Amino acid sequence: MDKLFEGLLNHHIGFVVWSTLAFVILFVLLRALAWKPILGAIHERERHIESALQAAENAKAEMARLTSENESLLKEARAERDLILKEAKELREKMIAESRATAQAEGAKMIEKARIEIEGQKAAALAEVKNQVSSLSIEIAEKILRSEFADQSKQEALVSDLLKEVKLN
Amino acid sequence: MSLSRILNSKKIRFSAVFALFLIFVNYQTAVKAQADTSLGKAPDTILNVAEHEAGAEAAGHEAAHGADEKFDPTTVIMEHIADSHTWHLWGHTSIGLPVILYTDKGIESFSSSAFHHGEEAYEGKFYTYKLIEDKIFAVNASGAIDKEASAKVYDFSITKNILAIWISVALLIIIFSSVSSSYKKREGKAPKGLQSFIEPIILFVRDEIARPNIGYKYNKFMPLLLTLFFFIWINNLLGLIPLFPGGANVTGNIFMTFVLSFIVLVVVNLNGNKYYWKHILLPDVPWWLYPIMIPVEIIGVISKPFALMIRLYANISAGHIIVLSLIALIFIFKSIALAPVSVAFVLFMDVLELLVAFLQAFIFTMLTALFIGTAVDEHHH
Repeated sequence: MDKLFEGLLNHHIGFVVWSTLAFVILFVLLRALAWKPILGAIHERERHIESALQAAENAKAEMARLTSENESLLKEARAERDLILKEAKELREKMIAESRATAQAEGAKMIEKARIEIEGQKAAALAEVKNQVSSLSIEIAEKILRSEFADQSKQEALVSDLLKEVKLN
Repeated sequence: MSLSRILNSKKIRFSAVFALFLIFVNYQTAVKAQADTSLGKAPDTILNVAEHEAGAEAAGHEAAHGADEKFDPTTVIMEHIADSHTWHLWGHTSIGLPVILYTDKGIESFSSSAFHHGEEAYEGKFYTYKLIEDKIFAVNASGAIDKEASAKVYDFSITKNILAIWISVALLIIIFSSVSSSYKKREGKAPKGLQSFIEPIILFVRDEIARPNIGYKYNKFMPLLLTLFFFIWINNLLGLIPLFPGGANVTGNIFMTFVLSFIVLVVVNLNGNKYYWKHILLPDVPWWLYPIMIPVEIIGVISKPFALMIRLYANISAGHIIVLSLIALIFIFKSIALAPVSVAFVLFMDVLELLVAFLQAFIFTMLTALFIGTAVDEHHH
């Protein structure tokens, strides 16, 4: 056993010291030059990829949300359009009915007016006709009377007749 | 099940190749034995092999030096997987690495080529040094080891493994600072080029190792886990390359794994919360069991990183030893005809080692994360 370890320190201490030194220097240099930047870059990239994936996922969700929102908006718009159309229809019908009623009333009023006018005109025309007839009949009567009383004797006979009729009370 | 079928077919294929290999080996040895006996010589080689296999320790350095033409696989393999003061390139060319010695009289440094591969002693300022089995000893005038003086000499040399560690450290810093700068340049964009190769591994460490074992506090320990993982991995891989920048057996060096696991020990215990310490010092057992339980828990604290140390060291060393043994077969049997078989097996082993290189880095990091996880766990259990 003694023989095995004899001179161990003498012959090998140098190797242990140098290799420890070399490894420690390697460790320090690589840690500063390589491991920190490389691991940092890898970590950064992984985070970037992760966040990009997350963003894509979010965008997808947003897209879905927008689509469904669009759909509901469309539905709403359609319903609104239907409502507006219905209202317009109703309004139209009402307006038509109203205007019809007004027209009818107006017509009736006009007819009435025309009737009154016609009535008036008729009365006036009848009055004219009556006047004409009366003046014509007076003229005719005058003419007849003139021709009747052209002879003096006839006139005196008539007066005497008439006088005879009239008895003094 | 389909899995067992694959396993079976692989087993069958493996055993077929192995059988072929055995036939080849038997044939070779038989031929060799015949040739040897016909020449009236003792079958040296085979005997030697047997001897080395039986007593690998005993057949050490001296034996190899004694018979210079004889091939001693144990020495060769152990030399290859051990640390060294020179970096062998090819043939007789090798790099002399700086030797730095801390002695009781002061510090001195010189090139290791002054030793001439251990053949000559070097007279330094304070002592005369000699390289024996790639270890530096102070020697006296006659060339024998001066034990008293040697005990005062501490070896702080830049050895092959230290240089290999520096190379891997430089490589890691270059790779990761370029990856890091591409993160800055292409902020928030998808990874590209080297970045796209590294990023999955970093994410693997984070999502498969750190997060499940440590929990939400994982972020603080990520730099350590990543450094451990990539340091072990790149050193395992560089160790598989037989040529210059690679070839050093860094993670198969028990002192390296000791340093790594010691760091783990320190980190785990510095981050231990009150539940962790209560579990060790006041476990949920009757008080009279404390004399047994507390030492057991303390042994547990030490044995966890100790297991890490042994596991990494043994796995990587074993891989190297297997590959070298397979290559050594060519020289043991002194036959180029064995080379294709050897190379085929080495190829198989190398591919396996590629997997092991990753696996061991993963296991070391995962167990570290697990130990940290138990130390920072909030739940009382």
